[in-house]
Amino acid sequence: MIANDAVNAEYRHLVVRCGDVAAAGAPGQFFQLLCPQPADEQPFLRRPMSIYGADAERRQIEFLYKVTGAGTRGLETLRAGDVIDIMGPLGVGFSLRADWRHIVAVGRGAGLATLAPLAEAARQRGIGVTAILSARRPELVVSADLFRSRGAEVVIVTDSQSTSGPAHVERVLRGLIAQGRCDAFFTCGSSRLMRVQQQLAREFGLAGQVAMEQQMACGLGLCFCCVRDFNVDGAITHRRVCWEGPVFDLMEALP
Amino acid sequence: MSQLTSVDLSVRIGGLMLSNPVMPASGTFAEGLDRVIDFNRLGALVTKTITRELRDGNPLPRVVERPGSLINAIGIPSKGVEHFITETLPCYAAYRSPLVVSISAPTAEGFASLAAEMSVPGVAAIEANISCPNIEEDGKAFAMRAEPTAKVTAELRKATKLPLWVKLTPNTGEMPEVARAAEAAGADAVVVANTILSMAIDLKTFKPCLGNIMGGLSGPAIKPIILRHVFQCAKAIGIPVIACGGISTADDAVEYMLAGASAVQVGTATFIQPAAMIAIIEGLEAFCVRREIPRVTELTGGVLIEEADEADLAWLNPAT
Repeated sequence: MIANDAVNAEYRHLVVRCGDVAAAGAPGQFFQLLCPQPADEQPFLRRPMSIYGADAERRQIEFLYKVTGAGTRGLETLRAGDVIDIMGPLGVGFSLRADWRHIVAVGRGAGLATLAPLAEAARQRGIGVTAILSARRPELVVSADLFRSRGAEVVIVTDSQSTSGPAHVERVLRGLIAQGRCDAFFTCGSSRLMRVQQQLAREFGLAGQVAMEQQMACGLGLCFCCVRDFNVDGAITHRRVCWEGPVFDLMEALP
Repeated sequence: MSQLTSVDLSVRIGGLMLSNPVMPASGTFAEGLDRVIDFNRLGALVTKTITRELRDGNPLPRVVERPGSLINAIGIPSKGVEHFITETLPCYAAYRSPLVVSISAPTAEGFASLAAEMSVPGVAAIEANISCPNIEEDGKAFAMRAEPTAKVTAELRKATKLPLWVKLTPNTGEMPEVARAAEAAGADAVVVANTILSMAIDLKTFKPCLGNIMGGLSGPAIKPIILRHVFQCAKAIGIPVIACGGISTADDAVEYMLAGASAVQVGTATFIQPAAMIAIIEGLEAFCVRREIPRVTELTGGVLIEEADEADLAWLNPAT
């Protein structure tokens, strides 16, 4: 553990030093964290957490988490110098096509953390990024500075400013498409916003990827607890979020 | 200091020689685990339960955690026989460890025909899951009583020449009778046991925590209960007992073997530590070295019970 600090009223930023395999984690992949036991609670399973940042050179991995249950209350007790058991990188992450010039990332909630490492991956490939970050209030937005530091354009939409609704986000997205600045959608954390992107992707023939969330147990495709429904060529198919995902084709995802 | 340098970890389970007594529990093991551990080090490989019909599994949520335990109601999602033969089976061809295929069916005849179809090269033994609490109404399963256990085991015995393991349920008050019925009908070993039928309710919503309402309890919390079942079954029958219930360390495995188990299955522990089975194999060997036990089989049934220690169970039957 290198750091475990609050970044705003809801989210904390966890930085750990790790081995080469872990530090090679790719955007959209996740780790299974064995959380320490907080007072009076006994989390039993590991907790899945998407990668917020991975630095192969410094052998570091970063997570962004919100304290919501027994596991994250345990994580909150960790201090620099403590040791935490993490397993990963796991799952299928985002992929970037070499011929894309500009992509759009649309996230809300924990999805803001999941999408964040795309900024660096896109920058390295010379792909421009517009990040549409949604939250209840402006001060609860995370990842905005990270996106900006990698050269991304950031659009913040919030409930308190009445800019986070699907209709407004759709207008923003149509504007980007009209400017030729949306070769693909990347999204996580809002099924309402996912639906908007699915409609636009269909209308304009655009590609897209979505990182899905689901309660997990093993994280290795063994237990089939994290299945979700997907629309694969018109048939409803179960897929394991931990194993076939967590990143899926946008058009196959169901809310 | 122990003089012993090597320990014979091999065990014979119902016609099958295993390099060591540690294997996965059905439902907690799949091809993907080979990215974490070397399958050749396991005593055996055990598949998720296969059914003839295509099954989606239960509604979500499918698991809920409790202190030291997990309740699951996955509901045996299955892609059927053909998918297993053509897609899953070839994945295991590369490993030396024998492959045990777990099967389930709604009827004794269904079990038998499925066992016959699964008796193909590459399959070393059949484990009949006659005890899943999640797929029969209110947890009813063949292994709840001796008579249906005898019937389904006899049908299975006629259908396959492969070693036949029968997985029992702890949700019966008649486990020794059920085990005896399985043995008499031709089972080569029994697996003791499946999960304990259980339930959890969310105090925020007043709703059951599981989509299936009830589920099966597993994990370290159930170990003392299943240990008692293993002890009782091992005394009741002559065929090997394979213990399964909350094993997460080598000490747990030793305890089960002392109670009468010939081998152990590790399930829920793999979800927390995916290399748990390897650590258990290494720990078993270290234990035997430390205690100067040359063959792991010597642990089986090694619990020392002095005559004066015999439990007085007269109070259980006050009428007699």
